[in-house]
Amino acid sequence: MAQPAVIPNVRVVTLTIDDRDLSAREDETIIEVCRENHIPIPSLCHLDGLSVWGGCRLCMVELEGQARLFAACATRVAEGMRIHTMSEKLKRYRRTIIELLFAERHHVCAVCVSNGHCELQWLAQKCGVDHVRVPYRQAAYPVDSSHEMFRLDHNRCILCTRCVRVCDEIEGAHTWDIMGRGTDCRVISDLAQPWGTSDNCTSCGKCVQVCPTGALVKQGTSVGEMVKDQHFLPILARRRHAQ
Amino acid sequence: MHPEDLAEKAAQIRAETAAIKREVRVCMAASCQSSGAQPVLAALADICGDGGGTCHVKGVGCMGLCSAGPLVAVADKDCTLANAVLYRDVTPADAPDIMQSVCGAPVERLRCPTEQPFFQRQQRIVLENSGRIDPDSFKDYVAVGGYAALVKALSEMTPAEVLREVTTSGLRGRGGGGYPTGLKWSTVAKTAGAQKYVICNADEGDPGAFMDRAVLESDPHRVLEGMMIAGYAIGANKGYVYVRAEYPLAVERLQTAIRKAKGAGFLGARVADTQFNFEVEIRLGAGAFVCGEETALMASIEGLRGQPRPRPPYPAEAGLWGCPTLINNVESFANIAPIIRNGGAWFAGIGTEKSKGTKVFALAGKIQNTGLIEVPMGTSLRDIIEQIGGGIPDGLAFKAVQTGGPSGGCIPEQHLDIAVDYDSLKTLGTMMGSGGMIVMDETACMVDVARYFMEFCMTESCGKCIPCRAGTQQMHGLLDKIAKGEGTHADLALLEHLCEVVQATSLCGLGQTAPNPVLSTLRYFRDEYENKLVSE
Repeated sequence: MAQPAVIPNVRVVTLTIDDRDLSAREDETIIEVCRENHIPIPSLCHLDGLSVWGGCRLCMVELEGQARLFAACATRVAEGMRIHTMSEKLKRYRRTIIELLFAERHHVCAVCVSNGHCELQWLAQKCGVDHVRVPYRQAAYPVDSSHEMFRLDHNRCILCTRCVRVCDEIEGAHTWDIMGRGTDCRVISDLAQPWGTSDNCTSCGKCVQVCPTGALVKQGTSVGEMVKDQHFLPILARRRHAQ
Repeated sequence: MHPEDLAEKAAQIRAETAAIKREVRVCMAASCQSSGAQPVLAALADICGDGGGTCHVKGVGCMGLCSAGPLVAVADKDCTLANAVLYRDVTPADAPDIMQSVCGAPVERLRCPTEQPFFQRQQRIVLENSGRIDPDSFKDYVAVGGYAALVKALSEMTPAEVLREVTTSGLRGRGGGGYPTGLKWSTVAKTAGAQKYVICNADEGDPGAFMDRAVLESDPHRVLEGMMIAGYAIGANKGYVYVRAEYPLAVERLQTAIRKAKGAGFLGARVADTQFNFEVEIRLGAGAFVCGEETALMASIEGLRGQPRPRPPYPAEAGLWGCPTLINNVESFANIAPIIRNGGAWFAGIGTEKSKGTKVFALAGKIQNTGLIEVPMGTSLRDIIEQIGGGIPDGLAFKAVQTGGPSGGCIPEQHLDIAVDYDSLKTLGTMMGSGGMIVMDETACMVDVARYFMEFCMTESCGKCIPCRAGTQQMHGLLDKIAKGEGTHADLALLEHLCEVVQATSLCGLGQTAPNPVLSTLRYFRDEYENKLVSE
C-alpha cells in the first residue's frame, strides 16, 4: 500500500539484496525496496497503490538463514536481512508457476488485444518460458461484453484480483469480487450479473488499466491495440493517504 | 466463588442422586445415533421408569468403539468405562434383557468385552468424561469436578501463574502443527491491546477424522472451561467457537452448554462471582476445508470470504478484526482443565520428551475396531493398530497407515514400531495432524490413495494462490493418468517437480502440504507408481 510522504518514528535499516548493500525504511516490503533500486522481481498481483494480496507467488525470495521462501510483496525488511532474488531454484519455480497460468485458461497471445503489452506475456519471456510442460486444460470460459465501454474475457483472467482491489480501495465501488473456489474461481460484478447491468459500476475504467492481461479491455480494441496506463495509481493512492 | 464453594456444590449434586446405585449409559454421539441409539435410549428409559430410585438410564457421550454401536454400558455410578459391562449392536428389542441384567447376570449374547486392549490400553485425559456424563447436563459435569480448574485459576492463580502451568505442561497444539501452547498463550498475553479474542478451532475437516466432533458432543463444558482459562490468562473477554455446520449435534450440545453455563453464572458477566467476564459465541463454518487455516478462519468469522492471508502478522499480533487473538484447537482446550487441576508437571510426566500428554486418534479404514482412542504420546503405531485397533479384518495383511489427513502421509509396515509423537512422524514424511488414522490393507493401491487426497486438496483449494489452485489440479491430472496406466516416466518426473514447487511456494498450509500424500507414497511405494507407467 502506498504510504504518505512523511511518516514519523520509522527507523531506517540496512540490508543486502543479491549482495548489494541497500538501505530501506523498516515499514517497506522487500518488493518495494527492490523496485526502488531497479532490482527486477516478477509479480502479477502486486501493484504500487493497492493492498498486499500475496497470491501469484512469483515474487518468492530466499532469506539467508531461513529454510522456507518468502513472498517479497508480503514481507517487511529488517535490519541485516540478506535476500536473494535470482537463485536457480527460484527461476525454476517462477517458470513453472507461469506455465501453470498459461495452461489454466486460454492465453493465446497471437489473437489477444493485449499482445505486446501484456504483463503475463512479458514475464513469460523474462522467465524463459519457451514451451508449457503441463497439459493445457482447454476449458472454455465466457466473455462478458455487456458493458458499453469495457469487456471482460474470463479466458484471459489470472485471478490476480487487482481489479477487485482497485475498485474497492481506490474507486470505492466494490463492483468486483471473486466467486467459487479453486480453479472454479471467477471474477464477478455485483452478484454475478452481467457487467453492463451492474448498479454500482461507475465506468471509471481503473480495473481495465490495472489488469495485467487482456482480461479487462476497452471495447473496440483489436489485436495488440490495448495499451494500459497504471501511472495514475500510486499518485492517487498517495493523495488519498495525505488527506 | 472459591474452590471449596464449588466442591460443596459438587458434593450437593452427588448427594441429590446418592440413591442411584446403577446407571445404564447409552452412547448418544453422532456415530451411535446414526446406527439407532435414540430408539434404544427411549426403550430403555421406558422400561426403567424411575428405576425405583436406584437405577437411572441416561444418554452419554462417545464410548469410543464406534464400529460396535449402538453401545450401552451398565455400571455402578462412578465406574469408568473400562470396568463397566458393555453391550454392543443393541436394538430396542434388547432393552428388556438389558434392564433385567442391571441387577442380575450380564446378557452374554450382547456382551462387548471391556478386558480387550481397546479399553484397557487407553489413557483418558481429554476423554475422561466422555461416555460417562450426560453432555447436556451442567450438573453432571460439575459432579465429576467440572469447572474446578476455572474456579481455581480465577480465585487462586494470577494470569502469569496460569501461563506458567500451561508452559510447564509442555502441551503442543493438537490441531496438527504442534506449536507449543504455552508459548502461543504467552505471546498473546504480552501483546498490547485493549481487546483480545480467544478462538476455538472446531473446523475439523480431514477425511476420516472425528476427534473434535466427539469431544464437543461428549463433553462440551470442558472446551468452554479451557477457553475461559485461556481468556483469563491472556486478558481476553470474548471467545468464538468456529465449528463446521456439518456437525449439527456438536453445535446443539455446545449451544446447550453455553446456555447452561451462563445460567449457572459460569459464563458471561462476573464468571463464578469474580471480576472476570467472558462471552462465547458460536460461528458456523459453511463447509470449506481451508477455513481450518487460522487466517482464513478469522476472515470467515469477520464475515469475509474464507481465504488465507500472508503471515506475518500472526494472529497473536493482529488477528480477529486486527486484535491480538489466541487460536487453539478443540483438543488443546480440552487439555487445559486437567493441566490446571493437576499441575503442569503432572501433564509433562506423560508422553515423550518433546511431546507431552495424550493424543486422541480416530481409527478408520481397514481395522477391526474403528472409533476413537486416547493414548499417551509415544505409544507405538504397532500397538495402536494391532493391539488397540485389533488388527486388520478378513485375514488380510497390513499395508500402510495414513496420518495427518490431506497434509500427511502414509507409513508402511517397516516403520510401525516408531513411537508416535510430533517429531517422529515428521521424520517419516508425514505429520501428527489432528489425529485421523486411516488404516489400509494389502488391497489398497497407493497411487489411488494419493489421487484421492489430491482430489480433496484440489476441490478444497480456495483459489487465491496459483501454485495451489492450478498446481493441485495438474498434479491430480497426472496422478489420474498414472493410476489409469497411461502415465509415462516424464509424467512422473513432472509430478515430482510440481510437488516441489507447490510445497515451496504456496501461500498457506493447505497448498504447502498438499503434495505430502504423493511424496510419502513415492517414498515408500515408488514401485507401485513405476509398475503403472508405460514406456514412451
